[in-house]
Parts: sequence; structure tokens; C-alpha cells
Amino acid sequence: MAERPRTLVEKIWDAHVVSSETGAPAILAIDLHLVHEVTSPQAFTGLRERGLKVRKPGQTVATADHSIPTLDPSLPILDELARKQLAQIEENCREFGIPFYGKGSALRGIVHVIGPELGLTQPGMTIVCGDSHTATHGAFGALAFGIGTSEIEMVLATQTLLQRRPKTFKVEITGRLQPGVGAKDIILALIARIGVGGGTGHVFEFAGDAIRALSMEERMTVCNMSIEGGARAGLIAPDETTFAYLKGRKFTPQGAAWEEAVAAWRKLPTDEGATYDRTIVIDGDKLEPMVTYGTNPGMGIGIGGRVPTPAEVGPAQTADLERALAYMGLQPGQSIAGQKLDVVFIGSCTNGRIEDMRAAASVLRGRHVADGLRVLVVPGSQQVKKQAESEGLHEVFTAAGAEWRESGCSMCIAMNGDQLEPGQYGISTSNRNFEGRQGKGGRSFLASPLTAAASAVTGVVTDPRTLPGIAGHAAVSHSPSVEAR
Amino acid sequence: MPEPFVKTSSRVISIPRANIDTDQICPARFLKITDKANLADALFFDWRFTPDGARRVPPSFIDEPHNAGRQLLVVGDNFGSGSSREHAPWALRAWGVRAIFSTSFADIFKGNCLKNALLPIVVSAERLAALQALAVSNPDGEWTVDLESQKVTLPNGGSFAFEIDPFARTMILAGTDEIGYVLSRLPEIEAWEATHPARVETGEPRLGREGVAAR
Repeated sequence: MAERPRTLVEKIWDAHVVSSETGAPAILAIDLHLVHEVTSPQAFTGLRERGLKVRKPGQTVATADHSIPTLDPSLPILDELARKQLAQIEENCREFGIPFYGKGSALRGIVHVIGPELGLTQPGMTIVCGDSHTATHGAFGALAFGIGTSEIEMVLATQTLLQRRPKTFKVEITGRLQPGVGAKDIILALIARIGVGGGTGHVFEFAGDAIRALSMEERMTVCNMSIEGGARAGLIAPDETTFAYLKGRKFTPQGAAWEEAVAAWRKLPTDEGATYDRTIVIDGDKLEPMVTYGTNPGMGIGIGGRVPTPAEVGPAQTADLERALAYMGLQPGQSIAGQKLDVVFIGSCTNGRIEDMRAAASVLRGRHVADGLRVLVVPGSQQVKKQAESEGLHEVFTAAGAEWRESGCSMCIAMNGDQLEPGQYGISTSNRNFEGRQGKGGRSFLASPLTAAASAVTGVVTDPRTLPGIAGHAAVSHSPSVEAR
Repeated sequence: MPEPFVKTSSRVISIPRANIDTDQICPARFLKITDKANLADALFFDWRFTPDGARRVPPSFIDEPHNAGRQLLVVGDNFGSGSSREHAPWALRAWGVRAIFSTSFADIFKGNCLKNALLPIVVSAERLAALQALAVSNPDGEWTVDLESQKVTLPNGGSFAFEIDPFARTMILAGTDEIGYVLSRLPEIEAWEATHPARVETGEPRLGREGVAAR
């Protein structure tokens, strides 16, 4: 008898339900728990208070990324709270036996960058982390989502979570992206379309020709910002691109086990005839570079566009728009291109991988950043940093007048001293433009690495396609991944 | 461990603003703590203070003396979007908030609220508009939120029922949390694990520089 057709998400869900009691959420087994310094300390305290151990330290891994400085790692950490928090994660990992990639480790980096590059992230897994951008790992066909500190404690104590089955939302991106248009533009366009709460209660599955053509790094960019569209997770079915990326990494299966794993992963994609709770189709051919103008990631427009007017957004959203524009110091109806900048930030779990570094370098090579502009390039991990340096990209950045720094979350969340000053304008490859997100009073434009780098050259928000000699993102980034393994 | 919560009566604070994100509720720089202390001071911090640290004039609603002690918030659509930081509900609870009314809550935030006995009460757009209007027309009326009967009673004599995850409701009414429940099911988890080998082995504990073992 034929089985009922199932989606990718349903298959992973079904394969991880330990038990489901009527009236209670399912107990869902967690394959991999990623931990960082900011959201975990109170969970470890909870374990101590209850006298519990970490049940599966071998399915847990920790790093330091959010509050760690991106300066020379031999320098002392001056922020006392950050120093204490970083000491705490180290102590917690030692006490509870959790593998930890800390300051000084060649494998340290942003938690969502190191999971994939170490091969810990694999198709069909359930992956959680006390960080909303855990959706990143969905690029590999894993059900990966962010959790709060109480849930961190639950996973540490039991290696499971109590969960209700999420609804499914298929996001199909058809066609082929134009040169200069990339993964970041796909996800910003989706969020602009459905709004920051559009995916609430759902899990995205990204599909379509434009998604299939993306590299793993680009797929991670798309899935990373699922949460900005309200969806706790976003997945892409694994395929040959996925397998090629994973093969031979530190924690991926080797030899016969690899063949077995791939055979199992090939059964994960959504079955013909399976249905979703919601579906949206976006024409990838028509996408253009996107940039945000407001104070949430849904306030995005094509870079050739104009900031909307109250009449365009309608009465229900007028107050939001007016508040956002007042904060941003922008006028309704003005062009977004040409807006003056003070800072450019290239990095984060959204766009801090090697291909993002290459894309930014492709623009900055032989060019110089605009006078008076501060440009920070922050690799997503120490491995990305090493790979970029082996390709000479750091020299491209420093010759252009940009800062080349150690890895970390940096100005995406502005916890480590890297931040906008009040009133400053920054264009950022990160994921959130909330008020104060990148520094108290700072004003953020979200965009792709190509757009951010082009803007670094001119000092104003710039369509990368207008700079002479800029290859399209596709040409820049579809080269096979060769980063350090 | 949390205390049982059954019902409360309080005046309300209305914040008629949509998409209030967790960076507004508790800015990231307050996330460097390793405990849960002093988070009431972080609540809506940047709405209360200028970037220079001066209290805003006029003061934010949070700092209005007549709002002190109010336990109920009426907010715009999609409250709590953004990061997974549980510091957001911790800060709200520390300040004294026990229930929030909106048309929708971000998924992670909503889950975090329920784990802290902070009730995210979802109402229709029409009801939210009526509640906001009531908060303006009768700013000092007491509302009662009764989790036991899943009912809100308004100072104008009206009342309405609300939905909440039944499992979370049980936990909050009992003042317990989920870990004990799951630990009581450990034999099932172990049986499941016996037939589902670990997908990864994260390896020997190592700290700092490669090769320095933890133990």
C-alpha cells in the first residue's frame, strides 16, 4: 500500500517523535544542540539547581560568538560583563563535559557558521540552539529552530523538546536570478511580500529552480532569515549540492557510512502530491537587489525603488511607517539609492561565509572605500577567516581601506563593542534593522554583500549593478565551495 | 521553580504599536548577564532613555507613576518578533506583567512566555481594537484574567473566553515546569534512542586552543 505523500518537514518530524500523549505536545528527539555564551548561562544554573547532568554531551557543542570581541584575540577583553559571560561558558562546558570551541580555537565562529562547516549539520536532523537564526541549518534539509533558555535547559537535561507539529508553508522561487541579484535579495523580497509575521506558526520549505541553483552558502542565507518572516524554521530539500558540500567534513560520516547516509538523505525530499498549509510563488527572474528602509526586515524595497508613502501602505500601516521613517530620518517617496552612509558591515550568520567574503572582495578589489566611511569585514568563523586569507581576500579588504577582523556576531547584534553610534547610518549584510539593534540610535539598511560592498565604494546606498565590471552574484558565487575542512 | 498562577486583576497599559520586537523589549546589551537579575530595569530601555542615558521627556509610559504595578499589556499585532532571548519575557515578568493581549505573537517569544507563566492572549483584530479603545476610555478600570476558566472580565461588564495551549495551562496552574514531566518519560526516550543511534558524536571535550581537553 502506498504511503501518504509527506513533505520534507513531516518526514523529519515523524522520524523524531518519541511519544505523543493526547493533549500534550509531542516529545521530539533532538539530534544536535548548539550552545553559545549569551542564552545558555541561566540554563546551566537551572541544571545545577535541579542536580541534573547534561544528558547527551556528545550531541551538544558550544562556541563563543555573540559577546566576543573581533579584535586581536591576544588582547584582554575589557568589557567586564562580556568577559564574565565568556568565562562562564567555558566553565559550564568544562563542568558538564560539552565540547567547546572557545577563544583561540581555530574552529571557533558564529554557531550557525561552524555547525555546517564542521559537518555537524546534516540532512534529516533536528537541530536546536538558543538563537533564532538556527533556521540557517535548514539549508541542509534539517529541521532547525531557535529556542529560549528554558528550552535549552530542557534539551540539556533530556535531549528532547516538547513541541507541537508546525504548519507548513511552501515558498517557491521560480526562474533564474539576474546578475547582481542573490540569496539575500530572495529572502528580503519574501519578507517584504508576506511581512515580518507572515510565517508565524509555520515552517518554510523553499523550493523552485532559483533555489535549486543556489550554492549551500546561499541557501543558508535564505534559510537564516526565515525567522524574519515569522517562521521558526526554513528548509531546503537536500540534493547533490548538499552532499558535495558535506562530503569529507570533520563530523560527516566517512566511507561506507557516508554512502548509507546519502542513500537515506535522498529519501527526504517532499513526496509528489504532498500538500502544504500555505504556498507562495515568487518569480525569481524579476527580483532585483533589495534594501530595507525601515525598522523591521519586512520594510524592504528594490534598490531602484522609493520609500513608500502612507497612501501606498494604507491606513493600517501608516503609523508604523511614520514611526519607522522618523527613526530612520527618511522621507516618504524618496529614493533609497544615494542615501548617505557612515558605516558598512559585512558579516554575520546571514552573510559571513566564504562566498560572502568573495562577493564583497569582487567589488572592492582595486577600489577604495569612500572617504570618512568605516567598513568592517567580519568573517563568520575562524575557518572562513583562514580560507579568505589563503585567497588573499584580506589584502583586498585592507588595501581598500576596510577593517579585517576576527570572527563573531559583531555589529549584527552590537554586544561586543562593534556598533553604530547614535544617528549613524549603516548598510549591513546582517538580518535585523530593528531600532537600536546595531547600536543605540543607529540606523540600519539591510542588503546583500554585493550591495553593501558597492555602497562602501561610493559612500551611499548603491545598486551593485551600476558599478562597472561587477560580475553578477551568480558568477561570483556559484564556484564550488573550497573552504577549509 | 515558578509559583502557581490562577488569575489576576489589574489595570492595563495599552501600547498601540505593531511588530514590537525583542530588541525593543530587552535590548541586546542587557544580554551579557549570566543570571536573571535587574531585568526589570532593562524593559523597553531605549524607549525610556535617550542614547545619552537621559530619561526621555515626557517619560515613557513605563516610567509614568500611574502605570507602576499594572500587570496587563494591550499591544499591536505580532508582538515579540525577532530574537529567541528569554530575557524579553523575563524582563516583562520582572517588571510585573502577567498577561499580554495581541492579535498574534512571534512563535519563539510565545513559547518563552508560557514557560514563564506570562500569558500571551490572542484576540481578533476587532477585539483588539475594542480593548485598545477601552484602555483609553477607562484607563483605570480593572480587568480580570482568569486562567482557570480561560476568561477575561472587563470593567465595562463585558467578558470573553480565550484560548491557550492546554498543556501550558496545566503547567502554569500547577506552578510546575516541563522538565519534570519529560524526565518522568525517560524510559520511553531511552527506548526510542535504543533504536535510533545518535546522528552525530560531537567529540572529545576540548577547550580553547585545539587539543586542550576539558577533563
